[in-house]
Amino acid sequence: MTRVLLIEDDTAVQKGVTLALRRRGHEIEVAGSGEAGLPALQRFEPELVLLDLMLPGMSGLEVCRRIREERQVPIIILSARGDDIDMVVGLEAGADDYVVKPASGEVLEARMRAVLRRVVPQRATAEGDVDAGAVSAPQVETQVETHGALAIDRAGLLVSKAGAEVVLAPSELKLLLFLSAAPGQVFSRQQLLEQVWEHSFYGDARLVDACVMRLRAKIEDDPRSPSYVQTVRGFGYRFGPL
Amino acid sequence: MTAIPRPPRRLAGWVAQRWGLRPRLVVGFLVVAVLSALLTATVTFRQARGAILERSQEAAVNDLRTQVDSLGPDLVVPPQEEDLRDFALRLEQAGGSHPWRVSVSYADGPIIPGPPKGEQGSALASLRAAVGDRRSTVYQRVDRDGDPRLVIAMPVDFADGGTPSGVVVYADMSLSDERDDIAALVTAAQVGAVPALVLALVPALIAARRVLLPVRRLQEAAERITSGELDTRLPVSGSDELADLTRTFNTMAAALESSDTELRRMEANARRFAADVSHELRTPLSAMTAVTGVLDEEVERLDPDTADAVQLISQETAKLARMVEDLMEISRFDAGAAALQLDEVDVATAVRKTLRLRGWDDQVEAELPEGLRARLDPRRIDVVLANLISNALRHGGAPVRLRAWAEGGRLLIDVADDGPGIDPEALPHVFDRFYKADAARARSEGSGLGLAIAMENTRLHHGTLTAANAPEGGAVFTVSLPVDPDEGGGREGAPDGAGRRDGSDGPADPGGMSGGPM
Repeated sequence: MTRVLLIEDDTAVQKGVTLALRRRGHEIEVAGSGEAGLPALQRFEPELVLLDLMLPGMSGLEVCRRIREERQVPIIILSARGDDIDMVVGLEAGADDYVVKPASGEVLEARMRAVLRRVVPQRATAEGDVDAGAVSAPQVETQVETHGALAIDRAGLLVSKAGAEVVLAPSELKLLLFLSAAPGQVFSRQQLLEQVWEHSFYGDARLVDACVMRLRAKIEDDPRSPSYVQTVRGFGYRFGPL
Repeated sequence: MTAIPRPPRRLAGWVAQRWGLRPRLVVGFLVVAVLSALLTATVTFRQARGAILERSQEAAVNDLRTQVDSLGPDLVVPPQEEDLRDFALRLEQAGGSHPWRVSVSYADGPIIPGPPKGEQGSALASLRAAVGDRRSTVYQRVDRDGDPRLVIAMPVDFADGGTPSGVVVYADMSLSDERDDIAALVTAAQVGAVPALVLALVPALIAARRVLLPVRRLQEAAERITSGELDTRLPVSGSDELADLTRTFNTMAAALESSDTELRRMEANARRFAADVSHELRTPLSAMTAVTGVLDEEVERLDPDTADAVQLISQETAKLARMVEDLMEISRFDAGAAALQLDEVDVATAVRKTLRLRGWDDQVEAELPEGLRARLDPRRIDVVLANLISNALRHGGAPVRLRAWAEGGRLLIDVADDGPGIDPEALPHVFDRFYKADAARARSEGSGLGLAIAMENTRLHHGTLTAANAPEGGAVFTVSLPVDPDEGGGREGAPDGAGRRDGSDGPADPGGMSGGPM
């Protein structure tokens, strides 16, 4: 069961999504606007936020930024706007995934589970039970890794740079954990979409680009000439070499 | 001028066909210049020649009369032959500036000294007859062996009362000086004509330029309009026919531009409408789609009729959602909002993934070379292949044959089925939106946009997508992509699908198809 805050102004969509998710055993709180959603965040303490972008009053993007300022709760944008540019803007505001309406209950459920999974399933077990990865990963790696000034605690899911903790959104943390588990290895954006976001179909690679940009802004000394998350032109991304 | 003989007209037609406007104008100008120069020269020459000869003859006649008048009274009448000979000699010596030969005759007596033979003689004889008739001075120009000569016959009168004495003086003088003068005139006319013609060339060229410049401007402007620059206008100067033509041209361009703008506006409106409609449909659809799962789960617990109704709603909602999705996708292409996200991928892996994701592993026989890599947008190529394969499965049924290979810097993928093939009349339209080859089967599984979306996605890669019928039956769709759109796109990528309906590279050679290990 997951506590989900749905910020959506259309009552039919509110009802439909609530029905679909409640049936799957989740607890749903609905807010009709951003202004109502932000206080609900305090009160309801959701484990995940489903956010519409086109809201009356405060825009969905602004709501996304405000939530991200103080919380690491996973945010999934649920928008009727499917253009690339909308997606990029939404992801740059700090969302972890982007679902284009209309989306079935199954798709929503799958995306939610993927975002909520705190650790990337190891590729060896990726095909197996989805929960197995989450359980097995901490057992395998308990020590804190250091890469340059970056310290990554895989068990505690903490990242610090030069001793100061770096606050990462769920998707940023998962991306960093996945890339740093195999330093120097190049992953294509499609591979990252499958492994980190668990998009089983071909997703939009801009999801990866936007997340990499956000991650770089937090961990790199100079995001324009990154040393931790490097771009390999024409292929994808890799961690290091430092 | 109205009745131009036929051959010249044919010639004129030939010239008009072969020559440009400029040489024709210049040649025309020069012909006019030559003709007027020739006419002027001829008239001038004739006038000048007449005047020169007239003056020489008059001078000669006057000289002769003066001499005859001063020497005549000494002549004894009737004169003896000796007297006449002496008279002639004295006249001849008095010639001075006019070297002439003088002879004299009296009454019906012989001309003394005797006339030379030939033409000169006959001239003298005819002159003598003329003098006899008219009793006044006569003269005649004769040509002797290329030497123009003037022959004068002058009757000598008595000093008292002017009665004819019967003595006639003949003077024969050369006109070679005058001939030389006239020749100099001709030479001068010739020498003057050449620079005049050359000078005429200058105004001819200027005139041609003045006429041709606006014509060329019009031509260039028309070419710009043809290439799509509908805002092309020409400055109008003057009020001649060319200015009128330019004005008409500008009016035409303005009319063209405004109707083009109107068309574009209407097209943009139509596209925006489609995009807006599908967008507006999304919100209610997303509410419905979210609950179809709930409906499906409840079906078993409902009575059969309700269950059918619920299932119908569930299925049609999913179909509607897919159609709206396709419509949105097409709108994105129309708005130019679709962008390539290129990744280098292994073609075999990508194709297998497309098949696996949709559960088509058993229905598609794939012939894929290992290690073939290409730079493409995997999401878009997945859409292209999925649409082609589902189309093939729908019309031809399983198994669908898929073959990928590289050829000359391009990646080619064939999707072939064993269906009835495509009606040749429908072939050019299969990529049209909502085109249904078979009206009876109007409502098929797809949205009617699948192939159009496949085409747009292929074009975005600077590739081509063609449809054809295989010789052994069944439809074959061929995707041809540059292995690297960044490089291949500029080199040989057909912009805007130049090869869209060009079936030349469409059907794969059937030998390759059937000969493969499939």
